[in-house]
Amino acid sequence: MSTKNLQTGQGELFMSPNVEDARAFFHQKKKLMTNKLTSVKEAVERNLHDGDYLAIGGFGGVRIPTALLHEVIRQQKKNLGFSGHVATHDCQILSAGECFDRCDAAYIVGLEARGLSTNARRLFESGTIQVTEWSNAALSWRFKAAAMGVPFLPCRSMLGTDTFKYSAAKEIECPFTGQKLLAVPALFPDVAFIHVHRADIYGNCQIDGILVADDDIAKASKHVIVTTEKIIDHEEIRREPGKTIIPFWCVDAVIEVPFGSYPGNMPGEYYSDEEHLAEWLKKEKNPEEFAAFIRKNILETKDFYEYLQLNGGIQKIQKLHQTEHLL
Amino acid sequence: MELMVTIASRNLEDGAVVVVGTGVPCAAAMLAQMTQSPNLTILFEAGGIAPLLPSMPISVGDSRTTYKGLKSTSMAEIMEFCQAGIVDYCFLGGAQIDQYGNLNSTMIGTDYNKPITRFPGSGGANDLASLCWKTMVVTPQNQKRFAKTVDFVTTPGYLQGGNSRTEAGLPVNTGPYKVITDIGVYGYHPETRQMMLLSLHPGKTLDDVKNNAEFEILIPEKYEITEEPTDFELKILREKVDPNGLVIGRK
Repeated sequence: MSTKNLQTGQGELFMSPNVEDARAFFHQKKKLMTNKLTSVKEAVERNLHDGDYLAIGGFGGVRIPTALLHEVIRQQKKNLGFSGHVATHDCQILSAGECFDRCDAAYIVGLEARGLSTNARRLFESGTIQVTEWSNAALSWRFKAAAMGVPFLPCRSMLGTDTFKYSAAKEIECPFTGQKLLAVPALFPDVAFIHVHRADIYGNCQIDGILVADDDIAKASKHVIVTTEKIIDHEEIRREPGKTIIPFWCVDAVIEVPFGSYPGNMPGEYYSDEEHLAEWLKKEKNPEEFAAFIRKNILETKDFYEYLQLNGGIQKIQKLHQTEHLL
Repeated sequence: MELMVTIASRNLEDGAVVVVGTGVPCAAAMLAQMTQSPNLTILFEAGGIAPLLPSMPISVGDSRTTYKGLKSTSMAEIMEFCQAGIVDYCFLGGAQIDQYGNLNSTMIGTDYNKPITRFPGSGGANDLASLCWKTMVVTPQNQKRFAKTVDFVTTPGYLQGGNSRTEAGLPVNTGPYKVITDIGVYGYHPETRQMMLLSLHPGKTLDDVKNNAEFEILIPEKYEITEEPTDFELKILREKVDPNGLVIGRK
């Protein structure tokens, strides 16, 4: 195989992979175990600013930080960047608020087997969003490179395709074997939102089920806001240290938000609310109805609990809990 | 649809490792596991390893994908298994496929910055087709989908044919394996890497093959007629795999 004419993707690299800057930032970040409990409103106000680059934990409709995403719309944050590694309902929420103007896209505008989001598509087809193309593995490894503190990782995906052509990756020659490889640059987001099963007040977090990319996102991001189903005693963390996925020093803010992944699935707790997600997709087909739907469910609700209450409250959660456990 | 799912499932031998998505691929893997391949290892790209699927997931990351599984992990680790050569098969779909098995799931149009229609993009498809040994595609066949040129190569097939896939740096001896449609089953010419007919479904004709593709599909002198699903396969498929007709009820 030839390693002549190594190519570079023509997509925009939104975030610098400079590891010296990242090291300096992570070095000065306070590592005292302090009580980080706060509110959704305050956490978003303090940590996310217009123009910031946001990474979202979970898998689109699984273990997603819904309360924080709604708050981004309520506070009308603008010109955000975000990484769409299987961004489904999360992409749909941010699109509803037109909160971003650039996106590292591996999977956007769709909701997997449920269909495509009319509103997110409208936005991405308008030409107003700057998009750089990636694959799920490429974005995962970009977070991993950042978490490792190296400026890139070599991999064997995306080669030879338009996905590569419109990415910001580069072909390189392996210094050992001479093979052609793809270098994906470290991605250090400004802010990450992650929903977890359990956390203590310092931000030590436990996650059940799949991790998606959240272990690496937490280490890669400059600021991490965690919502948790439950706050647990610090001693519980110390009793089973093997369960800690995110250590406290990564985390800036902790908020207890029970049922916080709704209408997404929370592994072991409740299944996704397919009726409500279908309603989102249906309302999007008519822009006026959709605007009213967003006003009612997000803009005119005080917080996540009002939204949950509007859509069935604890009875709905009970039903989704039963579905989750195949009852 | 029952025929397509059944043929797909017959391609998954016992002891194989397969990464699947929701819908048809998942139904095929479940059917294989409940018939000839009880030791089929099913992986989901979001991190689910070897679940005993109780029902079809709606997301490749939802709780069903780890039900009674052996491990739940990260997307990176699943992709690393693929890159390390552990995974035999992946199953993909797409809006368009060309004669070399390149897939488009990103956009329709000619201007990347202003697509006529934007689709989700690669997701894990590019990675899986780059890194797993054999890529299977299950798709309805018509002129629009079997395109002379895809608008965007999201996911690599044999790229420009011949040796171009290996020359691009993709792992040696990997690539498109079969395409299963409502008309027939196709493979690829060992040298040119053009799509060619392997078997024709009962009741379908060579004209159906030709008239439902913009590119020329190679027709070898010998090809087979697809074996219909057995009563046993249909029973398992209808009663256990997809009792609600989510996949097999689709046209």
